[in-house]
Amino acid sequence: MNNFFVKSDLTRKDVDDIVSDTLKNCDDGELYFEDSKSETIILDDNKIKSSNYSSDLGFGFRAISDEVVAYSHSNEISKDSLKNSAKSLQSTLKSIKGTYNHEIPKTNNKFYDAINPIEQKTLDGKLEVLNKVNEYLRKKDSTVKQVTASFSGEQKSIEIIRSGGESLTDVRPLIRFNVSVMLEKNGRKETGVYGIGGRQSYDDYLKNDNWKSVCEEALRIASVNLDSKPAPAGEMKVVLGPGWPAILIHEAIGHGLEGDFNRKKTSAFHDLMGQKVASEGVTIVDDGTIHKRRGSLTIDDEGTPTERTVLIENGILKNFMQDRLNARLMNTRSTGSGRRESYKHIVLPRMRNTMMLNGKNTQDEMIKSVDKGIFAVSFGGGQVDITSGKFVFNCTEAYEINYGKIGSPIKGATLIGDGPSILKEVSMVGNDMMMDPGIGTCGKAGQGVPVGVAQPSILIDKMTVGGTKL
Amino acid sequence: MIKEQEYLKSKASYCLDLAKKLGATDACVTIGNSISETVNFRNKILDESNRSDSLVMGIETYIGKKKSSITSSNLLDVNLKVLIEKCYETTKISPEDEFNSLPDKELLAKHIKDLNLYDQSHIENDKKIDYLKELEEVASIDKKIINTESSFTEDKSNFILANSDGFCNGYKSSLFTASCVTVAKNENSMERDYEFTSKCHLNDISNPSKLGKIAAEQTIKKLNPKKIGSDKLSIIFDKRISKGFLGSFAGAISASSIARGTSFLKDKLNQQIFSKEISIIDKPDLIKGMGSKYFDSEGVKTDTLKLVSNGILNNYLVDTYNGKKLNLKSNGRSGGSTNLYFENGNINYDNLLKSHSKILYVTETIGHGTNLVTGDYSVGANGFLIENGEFKYPVNEITIAGNLTEMFKNIILANDLEFKYSVNSPTMLIDGMTVAGK
Repeated sequence: MNNFFVKSDLTRKDVDDIVSDTLKNCDDGELYFEDSKSETIILDDNKIKSSNYSSDLGFGFRAISDEVVAYSHSNEISKDSLKNSAKSLQSTLKSIKGTYNHEIPKTNNKFYDAINPIEQKTLDGKLEVLNKVNEYLRKKDSTVKQVTASFSGEQKSIEIIRSGGESLTDVRPLIRFNVSVMLEKNGRKETGVYGIGGRQSYDDYLKNDNWKSVCEEALRIASVNLDSKPAPAGEMKVVLGPGWPAILIHEAIGHGLEGDFNRKKTSAFHDLMGQKVASEGVTIVDDGTIHKRRGSLTIDDEGTPTERTVLIENGILKNFMQDRLNARLMNTRSTGSGRRESYKHIVLPRMRNTMMLNGKNTQDEMIKSVDKGIFAVSFGGGQVDITSGKFVFNCTEAYEINYGKIGSPIKGATLIGDGPSILKEVSMVGNDMMMDPGIGTCGKAGQGVPVGVAQPSILIDKMTVGGTKL
Repeated sequence: MIKEQEYLKSKASYCLDLAKKLGATDACVTIGNSISETVNFRNKILDESNRSDSLVMGIETYIGKKKSSITSSNLLDVNLKVLIEKCYETTKISPEDEFNSLPDKELLAKHIKDLNLYDQSHIENDKKIDYLKELEEVASIDKKIINTESSFTEDKSNFILANSDGFCNGYKSSLFTASCVTVAKNENSMERDYEFTSKCHLNDISNPSKLGKIAAEQTIKKLNPKKIGSDKLSIIFDKRISKGFLGSFAGAISASSIARGTSFLKDKLNQQIFSKEISIIDKPDLIKGMGSKYFDSEGVKTDTLKLVSNGILNNYLVDTYNGKKLNLKSNGRSGGSTNLYFENGNINYDNLLKSHSKILYVTETIGHGTNLVTGDYSVGANGFLIENGEFKYPVNEITIAGNLTEMFKNIILANDLEFKYSVNSPTMLIDGMTVAGK
């Protein structure tokens, strides 16, 4: 186990005493230690462009009284530094008379191994794969004008120390392998991007020359886009493919179901609990317990074991995602959704792996039922305005549908919709659910955390497609 | 207290000396310290206080044309030693790249004039609370405002950049930021908007009631939005959105996108890319400027660049590595633009609103729909419909789309430039874009 203060003048007793003393009249709070090691190696423009290693160690000290959160963090691990932080917390929470909630659920489950992926593959081995990717793509297709390939790996060890000396720990590996390719033909340029990753070693993903299939996919997307024509503009039917397009669910529904926005009543969903918010047959869960997935966590960043939270069951809104603070203020329990980017950030309720479950239809049925619409297969990113409920996401691979048949590829376009009503427009749910390839990062309040999404193919009866062709 | 120059310098020379002793032929190190104190308010009561103190080291070591880098927040000498050894060992086995090098010595910044970027004033949390109380009182006067959130942050930072060619310089800077987000609700809709103020000097920030009043007014104006039909329309971009096109422009003329061939502005140097009326300036030496810099992130001196004059592209934003690739000298833009702005246009704001009988006035865009390789642009938007110069009703759940190559040629600017951000634009009109709605 990592001993976070071994090289400092702090003993475990000092730490326990300062934590217990600072939090004694608070409702909740903890000291969070984090030791993270990360690397990024990038090949670009035929060369290894950069290899960076980073080592970061620090603590975040949080005290909560009623609704007020006081937070202080530092990367100086010493008795003085911790005492200064404690003083800063006490100066915010001047007259407090809370009762510390010592209760926190326990778990023996582990959803990933405590490995350090960076050390499990040599630098030479990583450079070799990157160079092979570059060579392979440039040899395969003469229209390839640019290749970028990268490895990023991380091991994050955390310890949460609560008042009374209770300690909770976790070691989290995370990797990502990414390939981006740009093609140029007849003066037109298009890019294709694909990546894979999760909480395992690089070689778990790269065995059997699997890097080749990542290259093929990036190349395929770019080639499709080279032949794309302007996207249509206006309201129409949209068929979404399985897997990564589930970022629609993440943006349209997920953020609006996070506890903080609902406690503050700023989410368009805050008064819809128990009501029908989606078509029958639509079930959505947020699951932190899927083995080795990018969005999975053994315990969240407050120490609560993660779980599979049912958000929408057969169209009815069932649960919000909660951290300890919002759960207490809303008289419910934490769903193990309290997350932070690092020790520099406060805890917020966040998504883990957000998934729409299988229905009965086939993708074929959906396409056949559409006279005029689009079929969207892959996406860049998305964004949502929690309050108005409006959300967008950007297609990176899409096709027009004409009278039940898939037609030409269309240029990247933004799709816009209304979160609380979009799932009522879902008229078919497929039986082909897929997880995304493990590349998602969700941003909220300036904090990025790794997440996953999954869904089967779905048919949406009405959405606005932001093309240029009227 | 923020760490003083002497402390940062001693850490920097420890790192440089160690790298040289190990056998690095060159090295460049940055040591930075920043302290940030924030108070958040919600519905007129304290919501959160946050203090952050961070010290970071970053080093690049070179062995000839081989290079590798390390960053760390653990600045104990014993830890730095382990990391720099690791960095050196990684450099040894990294492949050579002919363009890897420190900047040319004669380009390094020598003379530094004071741009007044640091205000040593400290505002205690209690004073921040007073400011936010006043702000939220004003913001919540109207009953339609159901939620107010506001925040006050004081940032102080100091850094040293040092390299093995003898460059060793750095400076303190400060930033005071207050912001307010309000939510308005009526029977038909719930909307959110914001206002903020951010300055290097405490005395320059807006007064709290003004901030609260603007945020509330802007939010209430958005209630009862309608979705409009799909159409080709003239679009006016509010100043908070129009500056985004300069950001895309800066990304597309960065030497790295040009050298990689992944920019829609590749091969456009000395060509007309905007109409003749358009000029774009990047001015690093603006007094108290939000983007002001004495030198770039490699220590290279920064001069004012007239990036576009009479619509013609004059310069790329060049750093050392990509400059060598393109056979260009660095113009001190490693790390991007500084204070980047469009010069004023010839028409005033009111006349711009009246310039067409029907105009979509965009105050917010959502999504990341700008493709710098192709120039394709498609984003979600909301704003207002203007008819004959008058604001008619709020509009939402629409998208706007076009291609930046065409859009740039059609930009018309008002004469209302102000320096609120590091990137600034007057109000902007673009003809012929596609709006997708109903």
